[in-house]
Amino acid sequence: MKVLVPIKRVIDYNVKVRVKSDGSGVDLANVKMSMNPFDEIAVEEAVRLKEAGKANEVVVVSIGVKQAQETLRTALAMGADRAILIVTTEDPQDDIEPLAIAKLLKAVCEEEKPALVICGKQAIDNDMNATGQMLSAMLGWAQATFASKVTFDGDRATVTREVDGGLQTIKVRIPAVITVDLRLNEPRYASLPNIMKSKKKPLTEKTPSDYAIDISPRLEVVKTVEPDARKAGVIVSSVGELVAKLRQAGAIG
Amino acid sequence: MNVLLLSEINNGELSLDATARAVTAVKGIGEITVLCAGTTVSVAAEAAARIEGVSKVLVAEDTAFGHRLAEPTAALIVSLAQDYSHIVAPATADAKNILPRIAALLDVMVISDVSRVVDADTFERPIYAGNAIQTVRSTDAIKLASIRTSTLNAASLGGAAPIETINGFDDPSLSEWVEDKIAESDRPDLTSASVIVSGGRGVGSEADFAMIGRLADKLGAAVGASRAAVDAGFAPNDWQVGQTGKVVAPDLYIAIGISGAIQHLAGMKDSRIIVAINKDEEAPIFQIADFGLVADLFETVPELTDAL
Ligand SMILES: Cc1cc2nc3c(=O)[nH]c(=O)nc-3n(C[C@H](O)[C@H](O)[C@H](O)COP(=O)(O)OP(=O)(O)OC[C@H]3O[C@@H](n4cnc5c(N)ncnc54)[C@H](O)[C@@H]3O)c2cc1C
Repeated sequence: MKVLVPIKRVIDYNVKVRVKSDGSGVDLANVKMSMNPFDEIAVEEAVRLKEAGKANEVVVVSIGVKQAQETLRTALAMGADRAILIVTTEDPQDDIEPLAIAKLLKAVCEEEKPALVICGKQAIDNDMNATGQMLSAMLGWAQATFASKVTFDGDRATVTREVDGGLQTIKVRIPAVITVDLRLNEPRYASLPNIMKSKKKPLTEKTPSDYAIDISPRLEVVKTVEPDARKAGVIVSSVGELVAKLRQAGAIG
Repeated sequence: MNVLLLSEINNGELSLDATARAVTAVKGIGEITVLCAGTTVSVAAEAAARIEGVSKVLVAEDTAFGHRLAEPTAALIVSLAQDYSHIVAPATADAKNILPRIAALLDVMVISDVSRVVDADTFERPIYAGNAIQTVRSTDAIKLASIRTSTLNAASLGGAAPIETINGFDDPSLSEWVEDKIAESDRPDLTSASVIVSGGRGVGSEADFAMIGRLADKLGAAVGASRAAVDAGFAPNDWQVGQTGKVVAPDLYIAIGISGAIQHLAGMKDSRIIVAINKDEEAPIFQIADFGLVADLFETVPELTDAL
């Protein structure tokens, strides 16, 4: 089975995000960018499927700026076989909406014919949590979101999902889209020899016009501002003082 | 304008609080129709009909909707969509599973985790784990949005909206339900509790996490956890608060042995009063806490439990 893994280049999760004072967005100049943490887990899962003999090829796809090449190389170093980059923009501030991403991915799936798409459940920049579900709908496939455990049996995948009340297990018919949660696995670090090897793996570059897909946004961004700041309060010196303060504030009876 | 509100139903029971809060968010837009979909939802529908501001309740009963699988519920809503300008739901895991699927089938965008409805086309939502708030204006004919309910007041009860049954569903049969492992608890629900006691990695073990539960029970509180505590197996996944867990805004949030990573703050920084207990005075949680206690939790938490 061929597995396709879409990955996104995002601001590193350790970087303190700065909102530009003119309300035009988040400052992405000269900040560390990395693979979206959820996508790392998706790549890891796909590579493990290959190592277990259940998948024969892992193709990674990224959509965005040209620099996403680096992100794709990281995935190749983790063990993916081949990469596709769809260059949509030169401006890293230009975030392509999940609807357009899903349309491009659908076109890639029609060409590549994977049996499975594994993607992160959300990107930590726009926090949309939508691309996997949208892609699955457009392909008419089953979807299994927020996966914390996945096993395969013939043309079925059994997926345990993290839901509000606990865990839900479902069975989906393959082909399917699975979106992964943080507890599915712990992604590996690429070894130096694998990083060297990844440089020789194929990386194809495309543009949205190769697929004749309109990626214009449906949501107009009016402004981006900092949230209301919370001020630090007081440090109390004992449990007794804490209880007194909480009573004063009407927080406890 | 007509709003279709997908209600959250588990085992035939309506999440009344989340639904009533979502009604508050969208009542300025237009007439609200609440959709109750499930195996048997008559009790849930009656509860939804009592929410003030609801004009109509639609009942769709079929075993295919029983476990909230995305494909049949999305197909149902797509079949109803032409009558509505807005399709919304409280931002639960179920809604986030289903709404983007509907959006794609209708060729419109989804607007996830709306924190404020500005007007019928304009919405605010947090991005970058709540480090920025973005205002977006939708140009789509049908607006699809999940609504964060934690900071909203619930619409009052006392209404009597008519209930209408709809029939004729098409189940794409792409997936099947196997089992739910839903923890039963006498404690209040995390997303609607007025007091939450949360434990982090500092609590050290699953056995010691019981200490968090004892303090919570003394306060009639729900129990929360950081991702590190869940990953380490101290607490179940549904207790996780944060960017990828639950978003809460109780009256009182007590963070114990939690450092205050931005991804955790994303889920709780709208709480009215935040208390932090941490032995490291440099822990970032103290920068947002109203009351901080720099101390060892193994001494302070039992002492606090006894003092209440
Ligand atoms: C994509 C992504 C999503 C994430 N989503 C979430 C999320 O939804 N929710 C979430 O919480 N995290 C999330 N995280 C993880 C987050 O970055 C932090 O790693 C996590 O919140 C840390 O949990 P913690 O504060 O319990 O642990 P730590 O950061 O290890 O902090 C433990 C604290 O306990 C204190 N402590 C230790 N012993 C004692 C003692 N005896 N007495 C008092 N204090 C003590 C320490 O001083 C320390 O401050 C996410 C991360 C990523 C990358």
